[in-house]
Amino acid sequence: MTARISRWPGIELRAADLLEGKVTQTRFRPDAKYAWSAGEAMSRFLQELQNGRFIARTCHKCERILFPPRMFCEECFRPTDEWTFIQDTGTIETFSVSYLDTDAKRIVEPILVGVVSLDGASSKMGMMHYFGEMTKDEIRIGMRVKAEWKPPADRRGSVLDIRYFRPLREGER
Amino acid sequence: MTKVGVIGAGMTLFRRRLQETGKEMCFEATKMALDSAGLTRADVDMVVCGTAPDAFDGVAMKGEYLLDGSGGYRKPYTRVFTGGGTGVFSTIAGWWHVASGLADVVLVVNEEKMSSCQPHPQSVFANIWDPILDRPLKPNLVWIFAMEMNRYMTVYGVKKEDIARVAVKNKRNAVGHPCAQLADPNITVDDVLKSEVMAWPVQRLDISPPSDGASAVILASEDFIRKRRIKDRAWISGVGWCIDSTMWTDRDLVFPEYVARAAKHAYKMAKIDEPRRQIDFAEPYDPFDYKELHHLEGLLLADKGEAPVLTREGVTERDGKLPVCPSGGLLGVGNPIAATMGMKIGELFWQLTGQAGKRQIPHEVHTGVSQAWGDLMQYGSVVVMKG
Repeated sequence: MTARISRWPGIELRAADLLEGKVTQTRFRPDAKYAWSAGEAMSRFLQELQNGRFIARTCHKCERILFPPRMFCEECFRPTDEWTFIQDTGTIETFSVSYLDTDAKRIVEPILVGVVSLDGASSKMGMMHYFGEMTKDEIRIGMRVKAEWKPPADRRGSVLDIRYFRPLREGER
Repeated sequence: MTKVGVIGAGMTLFRRRLQETGKEMCFEATKMALDSAGLTRADVDMVVCGTAPDAFDGVAMKGEYLLDGSGGYRKPYTRVFTGGGTGVFSTIAGWWHVASGLADVVLVVNEEKMSSCQPHPQSVFANIWDPILDRPLKPNLVWIFAMEMNRYMTVYGVKKEDIARVAVKNKRNAVGHPCAQLADPNITVDDVLKSEVMAWPVQRLDISPPSDGASAVILASEDFIRKRRIKDRAWISGVGWCIDSTMWTDRDLVFPEYVARAAKHAYKMAKIDEPRRQIDFAEPYDPFDYKELHHLEGLLLADKGEAPVLTREGVTERDGKLPVCPSGGLLGVGNPIAATMGMKIGELFWQLTGQAGKRQIPHEVHTGVSQAWGDLMQYGSVVVMKG
């Protein structure tokens, strides 16, 4: 009863109270490590990244070309049917200019990151990745882009086999 | 189905760091809710605990860990977790305990202690991303919001200042909230627009930062409320929840379809066919300012792309035609994820029973809707309440 209650519980601490040991505390650092098997669909997807191309799965019932590929169609709830290659070009659906790194630490040179819908997959289907060879002022939603692959010898079967997506060059489509 | 009412609510202060443990915070919020309803633990049949990732507290059985503080020992007790959606979903879980006739009185206790995770809970949020597709890119949680906000702004041509108005409204609304961490009576749109750019288009004052806190509500059957002659009650007239595909890069982020589906379910149950006429105020989930707008559209309280216009015209101010986040919301009161139930369900109860004090909506209100949102931009939970 907010209007009738006068004492609201809670004792506020400052970051320094913990850091400088001003409050009684206990500490623990977990040491958990994981190895994920990539599974059927993702294993083939990662292998094809090493070959410098994107692969998708088709569902004959809803006639979608599913990317990222999966072994079952979540809509029709049946196994998907065939592997099919799609293009490494696409359209920026959305993006961010990030001044935060993965630990929320501040960085000076921003990361350009966003979602690309890929040509050849069903509408709006794509992946998250970095953008390069463009400035934060040039990047825009709707921009046409192409994957910039690492040299074959440097590919490891990871989304990082793509360095980033860059703008289409003269003559590319 | 048994008719279910909310008969009490309580919450702790929301702060970046609280000295109390999670259990102690739960005890404080639960005791306040019981006292406000004139009940004791003996009156409680079953308990629902809502809390988000275990990793914030660093205890892998967080439901069990919080049990004693939540008044749940030696009672039927369940912990529920739907990401940020827990803030409203735990009440839905409590509701079905009573609506089914299994229980007369259910305690719902939500807690989050995000300060334990050092130096910042960001490292825990990183684990929500897909390990194969997303994590190698070293993503930051704020990217989710930045990408969704940019899509929303670009598709509808929404200006940043119109989004900033939400942060200003909510931080000002929170001035009347005794638990608020982020209230500011003098904040302006310019302050928001000039705040640090974190991940464009998201700036520091667009965000509700991590915090510690707990909240509790008590649900009871119509029978119990009548027998005990409880006067302060608000009825739960509709509930809905829905989740979209985890394949988030296959969805258009411009509209929260999952919120709309949850809302339609709740409205149908509440016999609401014209939400804009029949709903008097709303507490949508607002961890970021654009989310309030996004969710107002998902709740079918504004046309697509129209929520910024309603905000600019003052419709969503506390004294406007459709007050939105009169509590101050997450942007003003704070964002201890599941514990935001204090502003979502708690505020609906306090407003509908005329106990909101300085935050009381100045005109008469009969029906309110609250909503929470979570997971990878995919989960919506909705509760409609009537005075």
